[in-house]
Amino acid sequence: MKRRPFGLATYSVLALVFLLIPIVYTIAFSFNDSTRSNTVWEGFTISHWLNVCNTGNICEALGNSILIGAVSTVIATILGTALAIALVRYSFKFRSGVNLLLFLPMATPEVVLGAGLAAFFFNAGFASGLVTTIIAHVMFCLSFVVVTVKARVQTLDPVLEEAGRDLYANPRQVFWRITFPLLLPGIIAAALLSFALSFDDFIITYFNSGSVTTFPKFIYVAASRGVPAEANVVASGVFLLAIVVVLVTQITGALKRSRLQKVQ
Amino acid sequence: MAFAAFGSAPAAASSTSSRKSGPIVLALLLPGLIYLGLFFLTPLFSLIITSLESPDPSGAIGAYLYGFEWQNYVNVITDYLPQILRSFLYAFLATFFALLISYPLAYFIGVKLRGRGLIQRLMVTLVIAPFFISFLLRTIAWKQILSEGGPIMEWVHSVGLLGPSQYFIGTPAAVVFGLTYNFIPFMTLPLYTTLERFDIRLLEAGADLYASPAKIFRKITFPISMPGVISGTLLTFIPIAGDYVNASRDFLGSSKTSMIGNMVEADFLQNLRYPSASALSVLLMAVILVIVSIYVKRSGTEDLL
Repeated sequence: MKRRPFGLATYSVLALVFLLIPIVYTIAFSFNDSTRSNTVWEGFTISHWLNVCNTGNICEALGNSILIGAVSTVIATILGTALAIALVRYSFKFRSGVNLLLFLPMATPEVVLGAGLAAFFFNAGFASGLVTTIIAHVMFCLSFVVVTVKARVQTLDPVLEEAGRDLYANPRQVFWRITFPLLLPGIIAAALLSFALSFDDFIITYFNSGSVTTFPKFIYVAASRGVPAEANVVASGVFLLAIVVVLVTQITGALKRSRLQKVQ
Repeated sequence: MAFAAFGSAPAAASSTSSRKSGPIVLALLLPGLIYLGLFFLTPLFSLIITSLESPDPSGAIGAYLYGFEWQNYVNVITDYLPQILRSFLYAFLATFFALLISYPLAYFIGVKLRGRGLIQRLMVTLVIAPFFISFLLRTIAWKQILSEGGPIMEWVHSVGLLGPSQYFIGTPAAVVFGLTYNFIPFMTLPLYTTLERFDIRLLEAGADLYASPAKIFRKITFPISMPGVISGTLLTFIPIAGDYVNASRDFLGSSKTSMIGNMVEADFLQNLRYPSASALSVLLMAVILVIVSIYVKRSGTEDLL
């Protein structure tokens, strides 16, 4: 029995190493001194980091991805938060129907969502571009926002809002002074998730973006000729930024909790 | 953690949802529901309508007329049977391997690391770390790591796992490998969420009653983790069945590994055979709906979100 936990620990570390191998590889090859195809290690350089935008329209693609991600995240977060509050706080008819309608987009393969929207825009005579891409991204981010915010609404004690009402706060004050601040961590988590999903989406975007290039689309198109190291630079930069944000929030969260435990 | 919400059972939902419906609920629900109706449900109907269209008599490429060409479905099934079977076979295998790899990892993080908050959070962060770097680049990274001439393939050839004229990239095994890798986090997270909250005293009770570790796992741990197993399997199987990046020629596959997604992409975006692409999508969606409805029958709709 004593040896078992050790075996499990070793296994888990190995499994995590396996998950991280392609990430380390991608970051390492952003420093590869390659000219055209970035497949063989040719020496260390930081020139790709210094001249990212010189390669094709990679920075335009990155800009589009950020714009699409930001706009879709704002819309999806507002719509999704409202849905999450309604689902947890109110009882209404057709509840299971609403649950199902919110679950189905998550359960639908991306290729079906992509082709469906493309067929819809095509039949409606809508030219695909930036607007159609944003419409598509809001649609598939929405359910994930609901899931994330719903988990937060469930931990919210309704007594706090009742206390506000007892102290003659009007519904608007109750929402903005009590409910919203308490929900904020969940809303921020949902917005980050939504942005990450939008930023990395390829399949749905490919069907609905027309001539607009996003970062994943840039990589897919480049894949047949060999992806330039500049793509690794952009992906590595985004990765390092995201991981710093996550680690900082996790560590401050853990510290806050241990401080609270000490007080108690 | 955002993704942790996947496997959660909304325990508090019933206790707080006491207020009656009114204009406020409608104001909260309607914008989102109208959006999904317009841009999720209508497109699905669009797909069904397009899947029944017939070629324009003028013979122009990409021009079709509204109709009831049920024959489109028959054609799609006969033409693309290998791709259809392959999609579900790959999805089944990759889901199985992802479960096999993820379960011990999720068990270690969720059960063995209890009480060590910081390490636990750090390991969960590492599990979701792949989400922060482009899915396409990760797949390309594997393609290059496992390409001929690289150290790993040299070793594989030297020990005789592959013959001198055999390649790994482009084979079904490479595609299943890539699919498994890419979807491990989607399996690990829901498993972790259920394993993280179950009462460990149940395991002690089992041991006190002289149950063997294998029996404890079979009778206690695994049944308790079932919600996580089910949502993890759904979250892996469905996207894998529709994936086409891993199986495509520029990534880990070849023309011999194409899946449903590859055919939908080719027919829709390159060959402009919209009815064929739509019929294939509708078929895929129908299979997914059958799977989801079995799941809903077992667990209800509250557990879906």
